[in-house]
Amino acid sequence: MTIAETTDAGIPVAPVYEEADVAPDLAERLGSPGAPPFTRGPYPTMYRGQLWTMRQFAGFGSPEDANARFKFLLERGQSALSVAFDLPTQLGYDSSHPSARADVGRVGVAIDTVDDMVDLFDGIPLDEISVNFTINATAPIILAMYLVAAERQGAAPADLAGTLQNDILKEFLARKTFIYPPEPSLRLSCDVIEHAAGALPRFNPISITGYHAREAGCDAIQELALAMGNAIAYSDALVARGLAFDSFAPRLSFHFATTMDLFEEVAKLRAARRLWYRIATERFGASKPPSGRLRFFSGNSGTTLTAQQPLNNVVRSTIQCLGAVLGGAQSIHVMGYDEAYEIPSEEAVTLSLRTQQIIALESGVARTADPLAGSYFVEALTDELETRARALIDELDAAGGAAAAIEAGISQRWIAESAYRLEREVSNGERPRVGVNVYATDGDEPHLGEMFEADPGVAGRHAARTAERVEARDALVCRAAIDAVSVAAQEGANVMPPLIDAARAGATLGELADVFRSVFGEFREPALW
Amino acid sequence: MSPTRVVLAKPGLDGHDRGIKVVAMALRDAGAEVVYLGLRRTPEEIWHAAVEEDADVVGVSVLSGAHVALAGELLAERARVGADTPLVVGGTVPAEDADRLRAMGVEAVHPVGTSLPDVVASVLSLGARERTA
Repeated sequence: MTIAETTDAGIPVAPVYEEADVAPDLAERLGSPGAPPFTRGPYPTMYRGQLWTMRQFAGFGSPEDANARFKFLLERGQSALSVAFDLPTQLGYDSSHPSARADVGRVGVAIDTVDDMVDLFDGIPLDEISVNFTINATAPIILAMYLVAAERQGAAPADLAGTLQNDILKEFLARKTFIYPPEPSLRLSCDVIEHAAGALPRFNPISITGYHAREAGCDAIQELALAMGNAIAYSDALVARGLAFDSFAPRLSFHFATTMDLFEEVAKLRAARRLWYRIATERFGASKPPSGRLRFFSGNSGTTLTAQQPLNNVVRSTIQCLGAVLGGAQSIHVMGYDEAYEIPSEEAVTLSLRTQQIIALESGVARTADPLAGSYFVEALTDELETRARALIDELDAAGGAAAAIEAGISQRWIAESAYRLEREVSNGERPRVGVNVYATDGDEPHLGEMFEADPGVAGRHAARTAERVEARDALVCRAAIDAVSVAAQEGANVMPPLIDAARAGATLGELADVFRSVFGEFREPALW
Repeated sequence: MSPTRVVLAKPGLDGHDRGIKVVAMALRDAGAEVVYLGLRRTPEEIWHAAVEEDADVVGVSVLSGAHVALAGELLAERARVGADTPLVVGGTVPAEDADRLRAMGVEAVHPVGTSLPDVVASVLSLGARERTA
């Protein structure tokens, strides 16, 4: 067996690291945990002060189905929620839409109206449980419905904690749940951030994400650069609106993958914090430390999991979760071992949560902040990742910024070429995958427990219930509320206040997305590859 | 013999396009002529392109779990336009669904875990069969 001499991103690794391999003035590049440049973590005591949030991404079927899965997770010790929405909800279609039928309730929960949002959180106090929403193109609509659902529970906006993904730029790179062209999409994201800066002091209105580009195939260095490029683009747009950087920057949050190359991933997460601190202070003149204090959620990597010998995925996920913890994550999702086949079964999702709990409570790694600080290798690798990522950020700047690089197809090409290179390395055996290209056992049936089974009746039932709710609402009030959204969209006013009124009046997600479609148009991606 | 002509597309709403782009590049490097139509393509658009491009094989990728429903719509549209180009489906397809898709009339199914060379070989052999038919 030979061991690769480079990291997953292609950085050469020496057999031994010594003190001389670390550049001078390390103490300045590190600081203390909770202090600039935040390399060692955003908080002084890290997990001794507060353990990371265990947040398994979950949702399928109707709001009641997803609510039952949420309660299943909370009963087993999960500390917060993370909502998966189905593709029609992510793309602004009600369950009754002809384009939606095959996808209703498949990869997440179907939400058409504010009443669905109320049902989704039935019996879950929103002023106590923080909620993460993986939603982008329809993020303003989903946030409006969530705020009204919280209002119906009697929860004050100031008490709501959670995160809205709302990073639409990265949807043009990966996963592709865009609806409108890039420019109005960016504007809607910024409307949400601007609204939250005044009204939602505990809520993260965006999670700037390198994760999806990484899962789509780019390497750790590109992941850093693409996330920072997007963070710069949002910040530029908000500053151009006249907002002070310090007024919104403390609530910007981030999302990175944690994949298999343990030390490269830890170094990446440490480098991310230092990169953002430098961008915040050097580019945007941040004057408050929280403006340059990067906090992040880490999702483990689904693309590293294999269909062959699926129980091996438990081991892979454990290493990845450990990497996120050693990298100082604020919240973590661990993949289910059966995700190459289906959305996770109850058994798989319980094991994912238990993985987090065992690392937190039994491994001892949570006892002290940034335990790898000072490691010759980890510090040298952190510096190298930062340097290489800065060079790529310069390339994005030279292309005119993240949005222009997307329009020119530069970022998409980074991702596609890297994905193809990786796949060829697996095919030719250069990149070992245990159970796939080494130690494969031909003909063995995969050992899987009871698999998740989708309910084919969800689409019809959910569409019928929405039809009843539309019938029951005050049509005139609702029409006026929808028209007010259209006016705000056309006039450039912040769409959040009228969206909240429209959600209250019972407007459907599809109706509201259609308003934006008619004002902004729809984006059709050039099929670049 | 002229190169195999392949039309690739993502039907339905799923935007996970890493796999289909990798397959497109691998087929291109294996000498095929590849037209990738992109995301959220309807059955009408896909078969229209297949006819226009004189495709030997049509390949679609679905990672949302909606593969059975979407393959059904694609096969119905293929019959409606009177085309007989073989349809290949890839994605997160459990074994029993792969059998079901084949029984419905999908010529080849490549579930997650299929190696890239196997996908390429399958598409090229289907293409060769079409061209000699």
